[in-house]
Amino acid sequence: MRRKIFIAVTIIICFLLQSTVFQRLSFVSISPNLLIVVTAAFGFMRGRKEGLFVGFFCGLLMDVFFGPVLGIYALLYMYVGFINGIFKKIFYPEDVKLPIFLMAVSDLSFNIIIYFGMFLFRGRFEFGYYFVHVMIPELVYTMIVAVVIYFILLKINQKLEEIEKRSAKKFV
Amino acid sequence: MKRKKNKKFPTKYILLIMTVFCVIIIFSSVTKEVSSGPVGKVAGAVILPMQKGLNRIGSALNLRADNLASKKELQEENSQLKEQIADLEEQLSRVSLEQYELESLRELYKLDQSYDQYDKVAANVVGKETGNWFSTFLIDKGSKDGIEIGDNVIADGGLVGIVTDTGNNYAKIRAIIDDTSNVSATNLSTSDNCIVNGSLRTMNERQQLEVSDMRDKDNKAKAGDQLVTSSISDRYLPGIPIGYLTEVNEDSNKLTKSGYLATVVDFEHLEKVLVIQHTKDYSDALDN
Repeated sequence: MRRKIFIAVTIIICFLLQSTVFQRLSFVSISPNLLIVVTAAFGFMRGRKEGLFVGFFCGLLMDVFFGPVLGIYALLYMYVGFINGIFKKIFYPEDVKLPIFLMAVSDLSFNIIIYFGMFLFRGRFEFGYYFVHVMIPELVYTMIVAVVIYFILLKINQKLEEIEKRSAKKFV
Repeated sequence: MKRKKNKKFPTKYILLIMTVFCVIIIFSSVTKEVSSGPVGKVAGAVILPMQKGLNRIGSALNLRADNLASKKELQEENSQLKEQIADLEEQLSRVSLEQYELESLRELYKLDQSYDQYDKVAANVVGKETGNWFSTFLIDKGSKDGIEIGDNVIADGGLVGIVTDTGNNYAKIRAIIDDTSNVSATNLSTSDNCIVNGSLRTMNERQQLEVSDMRDKDNKAKAGDQLVTSSISDRYLPGIPIGYLTEVNEDSNKLTKSGYLATVVDFEHLEKVLVIQHTKDYSDALDN
């Protein structure tokens, strides 16, 4: 229960920040993608199932307010969470390289899929342009913000896991 | 215990079920134009008030950043603006003459068909699209205040976009700078029709929109012409200013022209908008 509330609050805070404050703080009209950071982080910290659901709800929130079609972001984010969850086996909290790498790949592949799904088929063929002017700037900006968010999430997650372990021991 | 549970119901199947679920939602929202419905209601009630508050912080931060613009830039801008004022004053005198003429003609024809006559609702922009691909945003008024899907949205006397979805206390607006947006427009000085295409690329490169399919037999269209929404559009009310042509080029087919357009509205700093409570036939409004 405690964990569910924590996740809900995290998603809502990140969504709010992303749709308001970070839109104002955008450089050359590019803003970071916090929700993908949250989704990926929960994926590799907690496993496939939790990543899947966190992703689904992040995406659903975006769909309801901004999506071109209801359900499309939910689907994409869900897969991002699930695939990141596979890497839980090789995830160690002390190692920063893997999380950063995973989040970068998530953000990039997410954008590439959006490009192919929603831009290419409308005759916007200049992949190179969009890659350099939209995806790469977003990636860089997202990674800068991701480092901060990731460490906050990691600390809170470790605390939560400790508490959960303790209460589990009590029952034994 | 937990491991047993997992074995009973592997994550793979959950993924499969959720995927099917998502696909069903996507199809139903594409084919039946189902709006966000109950989820939207709940989310709107929870998220919107918070968004409003945070947005204020955002605009405060934005102001702070704007204040840091250097003195030199400001001086340069000042001299440029002075030139512009001189230009505009000249234009104004010309326009006021024309306006006088227009009014007298209108009186003659009793043609009061501009958008002034419709009821409008003022609303604040509370959130912008979270990705970098599309330009949609949220306002803090919804169906409760009489906003319907297909309502046109204006600000600073120019066209902003169209309402594509409404909740109880919020409405989703697709801006004309969105990559999927197309507006049928008329050139005021030649009364030729054309299409104004929203484009992520030209917005990024030059903060302008694309204009295409402009028929201009007499070669009269030139930079500086004003474009307004055309009367043949089935979504936009006629006569709303969109922007000014900045460049006109002949297409390779030698029949039509294309070019670029600078919008009247400053989309970077959009905060207050007016929603016109009168819709044209909006059956196609959600197609894109």
